[in-house]
Amino acid sequence: MPMLLNGADWATALVFVPLLAALACFLVPRAADWLGVLAALLILLATLGLVQDLLSDGPLRVAVGGWGAPLGIDLWADGLSAALLLMTALVGLGVSVYAPGYFAAHPQQQRWFWPLWLLLWTALNGLYLSADLFNLYVMLEVLGLSAAALTALSGSATGLNAAMRYLLVSLLGSAAYLLGVALLYHGYGTVDIALLGQRIEAGAVATTALLVMAAGLLLKTALLPFHFWLPPAHGSAPAPVSALLSALVIKASFYLLLRLWLDLFSGLGGLLAALLPELLGLLGAAAVLWGSVQALRQRRLKLLIAYSTVAQIGYLFLGFPLAGVQAEEVAWRAVLYLALAHGLAKAAMFLSAGNLLQFAGHDRIADLDRAVQRLPLTLTAFVLGGISIMGLPPSGGFVGKWLLLESAFTQGRWGFAIVVLLGGVLAAGYVFKVVGYAFTPTEIAQEGEAVPLRMQWSALLLAFGAILLGFSAPWLWPLLGVGDPFGLPIAEVGAAR
Amino acid sequence: MIPAIDAALPPNAWLPLLVLASSLLPGLVIFFLAEQRYWTRTLLNLAGSLVKLLLVGAMLWGVFHQQQYAASLPLLPGLDLVLRVRPLSLLFLSLSAGLWLLTTLYAIGYLEDSPNRSRFFGFFSLCVTATVGVAMAGNLLTFLIFFELLTLTTYPLVVHRGTEEARRAGQIYLAHTVIAGALLLAGTVWLYTLAGTLTFTTQGFVADLVERHRWSLIAIFVLLIIGVGVKAALVPLQSWLPRAMVAPAPVSALLHAVAVVKAGAFGIVLIVYDVFGVEVAAELGVTKPLALVAAFTILYGSVRALFQDNLKRRLAFSTVSQVSYIVLGVAIVGPLATVGGLVHLVHQGVMKITLFFCAGNLAETLGIHKVSEMNGVGRRMPWTMLAFSIGVFGMIGLPPVAGFISKWYLGLGGLEAGLHWPLFVLAGSSLLNAAYFLPILHRAWFCEPPEAWPEERDFGGNKETAWLLLLPPLVTAALSLLIGLFASMPFTPLEWARLIAEREFYQP
Amino acid sequence: MSSVLVFALAGLGLIGLGLYGLLVQRHLLRKVLAFNVISSGIFLLLAGLARRAPGAEPDPVPQAMVLTGIVVAVAATALALAMMLALRSATGRTRLEDHGDED
Repeated sequence: MPMLLNGADWATALVFVPLLAALACFLVPRAADWLGVLAALLILLATLGLVQDLLSDGPLRVAVGGWGAPLGIDLWADGLSAALLLMTALVGLGVSVYAPGYFAAHPQQQRWFWPLWLLLWTALNGLYLSADLFNLYVMLEVLGLSAAALTALSGSATGLNAAMRYLLVSLLGSAAYLLGVALLYHGYGTVDIALLGQRIEAGAVATTALLVMAAGLLLKTALLPFHFWLPPAHGSAPAPVSALLSALVIKASFYLLLRLWLDLFSGLGGLLAALLPELLGLLGAAAVLWGSVQALRQRRLKLLIAYSTVAQIGYLFLGFPLAGVQAEEVAWRAVLYLALAHGLAKAAMFLSAGNLLQFAGHDRIADLDRAVQRLPLTLTAFVLGGISIMGLPPSGGFVGKWLLLESAFTQGRWGFAIVVLLGGVLAAGYVFKVVGYAFTPTEIAQEGEAVPLRMQWSALLLAFGAILLGFSAPWLWPLLGVGDPFGLPIAEVGAAR
Repeated sequence: MIPAIDAALPPNAWLPLLVLASSLLPGLVIFFLAEQRYWTRTLLNLAGSLVKLLLVGAMLWGVFHQQQYAASLPLLPGLDLVLRVRPLSLLFLSLSAGLWLLTTLYAIGYLEDSPNRSRFFGFFSLCVTATVGVAMAGNLLTFLIFFELLTLTTYPLVVHRGTEEARRAGQIYLAHTVIAGALLLAGTVWLYTLAGTLTFTTQGFVADLVERHRWSLIAIFVLLIIGVGVKAALVPLQSWLPRAMVAPAPVSALLHAVAVVKAGAFGIVLIVYDVFGVEVAAELGVTKPLALVAAFTILYGSVRALFQDNLKRRLAFSTVSQVSYIVLGVAIVGPLATVGGLVHLVHQGVMKITLFFCAGNLAETLGIHKVSEMNGVGRRMPWTMLAFSIGVFGMIGLPPVAGFISKWYLGLGGLEAGLHWPLFVLAGSSLLNAAYFLPILHRAWFCEPPEAWPEERDFGGNKETAWLLLLPPLVTAALSLLIGLFASMPFTPLEWARLIAEREFYQP
Repeated sequence: MSSVLVFALAGLGLIGLGLYGLLVQRHLLRKVLAFNVISSGIFLLLAGLARRAPGAEPDPVPQAMVLTGIVVAVAATALALAMMLALRSATGRTRLEDHGDED
């Protein structure tokens, strides 16, 4: 079948479909539910189209409006962007199907959820497709503002408090990033990543820019010790929003940091380029252990899941010290597997928590009261997501941990291997703490509210996604290699077509 | 004699997959069945286990006649999920498929009218799926995956009753198995980075590495053995097993005889024979410590069993002791000891499941949970206690019950390897077995029954107990007699064990 | 002292001042203002560094960036103020509660 649309069309659609849908949902709130799901389906279709195009024709550069660098805004898609776009599309569809069920009980929140969420989605897609530092800044800001507004959606005192703190943190993070952009522009006269990659040289400008940008993005990614804002924000937002924040939003700033590192800074050499990966690895290891222990101590389900996110973010940073040695960049592929698996699994877990919350009216873990009988689908979703988070086979999380361990063992980095294993054991501890209480009855029997099936199934299907990711290597492995994102800077890949 | 495998015939991929599916699919369907659909559930369970038994029988016949069975699924570049049926797999497969059928029958009778049966049987089937996956694993990665699945699917069975005690037992079970799983994973990845392959090979695949990586290999061996040793309940990793006794009797049968403990012991067999190769392992000097651990576990389990009044706990400690016979047979290093260890994999399963079925019958029919409550129970439940007695004689190692064959070969194997201490361990353990089992028989057959049993249930018409509860132990008791009496006939566990030992020691 | 350096130092000063305010001030309005001071510092830096070589024509691209940045900052300020008001009407407070967010 001849393709009616090419890769450039799909890429453009990925930015414009959610943007137009956001406007439409804002203008016609009554139709928002089905407009939102329709947009989610279209975005998934466009993502699959783009993935197909990348797999057959290699990386893609689109000069939107025909301007081209250095003046215009270029879109850029390679394996790294495509993998994250795909995860975003799947999680986004799952949450979009879930949301109408959840917000049926909270109509005033539903009015704002759709425009904000679709705007968030625009920012995510735009961020994964941009190859221009300033454009990335704008996307980062749109992302931060819509995420903070979504956090405040519940309107509760804790929710507003957490959202306010999140907003300030997020603004500070983007400001630091913008400062870095200003320095780089001053130094090298361009904000196009490909051109910048060719011109950048070791020196005070590059070093300062790296430091302020990394600091800003770490703040947004909530790597320990910058994680303080995350548990209250992710724990108090409405369940579908928590799922989006944990699964998608923090991945975006991580992606940006990774992109900058791979394409601009990792090749610079010098003391900082040698020390920074080690530092990030150490912070990541600390985050894995500290976040897991905190999760184990929580009594409330949503806070437990939020601390689990703090731990899982840590794994992503273990890639920095382990990368750059092996063929095929096994460590970065491991990180990508972990990021994708965490996205799907954590979304499933937060949506399950939302179901339990709606069912029982609380999320105290010790009072789950035989949830395993009463909400079997939801509990299954929670456990399957948990299996991927623990890194038990067969799941995306398992493949990620396997690759990370392989990388650590090959290089003799025993410390990191131990952290990876210990993190898995602790994760099993907190996941099964919840499951154990779901088998026991409480003293006072509780009557539950009905939970719509669409809410249970969307969580379950996302969890299945995290499991199936473990079997995706035959196509995901080549996809991650498109444009050699972990090996070559964008500048050297060039526009292959 | 047994024909060698002929690589010219294309491997058959369907049978291994069907063996998995025969418990996986019924299990998944059962989850969605409403509680009251007793007959649909029963039909699915029985059909699944019968089909599995037939398929395993077909593969027994096929492997005997040079057919190969293998299936694979790519998981990572260079690493596949591989199912491959070898004689060793079939030893474990036929044990678990056969006992699954009986345990299912028993569980149907045992759980009659109790809540959450669909959930129970669903996980029960998944658990067996994981076990046959372990049995058919063609490389260490596949083994690891099914081994972890086994952990996950048994957890809901352990906590099935939903009491606080069950939740604690589940927690302890998980704490042990998850930490062990992490060590197993560490050892596996480490080995992969050194060897570049994980495919199970007769006589192992690490011989080339011994010179350069001796200490790494020793460390990997320790990691892997601890990883599987928790499930095999090697001392000091055994403490989860007695606590898991809070689960219903069919689950105990499953844990002790069909799946979990057996998978652990089977894992040790695989690691020693097909990962390291027993000769390489002996050269690395790791088999001797393993034999000592096994010997200590044998004696420790027996001594602890002496002091348990709770019947199921006494049986649990007896399992701790008996499973290490398998490990001992592997670690002595020699063809005869190998035969003894491998054949005990099957023998212990058949005998121990008899004892657990009987203990379950006593609890369900008369409310008896303690040894001290068993006075005169032989008169009230003669058939159950007959089966129990046969199982006990097997455990002690009296001829002609199957347990005798195991101990005979283990003892001979020790002598063949020039070791005398295994004989003393075996003799000591047999004496201890007698010391903790014979008083039970004495009470049951020769003491006066009490005026009333703790909690008697009436099954109508002066019946001893429900026939679904009585049939399985009688079958397994008869089986443990038969495989002992006719040990030298073709297709008995002993003959298969000989075939496997021959390939391990005499193939070029 | 070249004009570039003056702009740069002034920009950095503003950023430092704003950062201090953001971290130290408790009242949310002051925090929002502090964020705006940081933004102004960055914009100053961007515009000031636009003349890349002495005597050369100033580069228009940073001016465009500053313009975009101002729009973003205005939107962010509006959202922050709205959220602050909502927080005040929900709790009566105009400062952030420290971690007492369990139960």
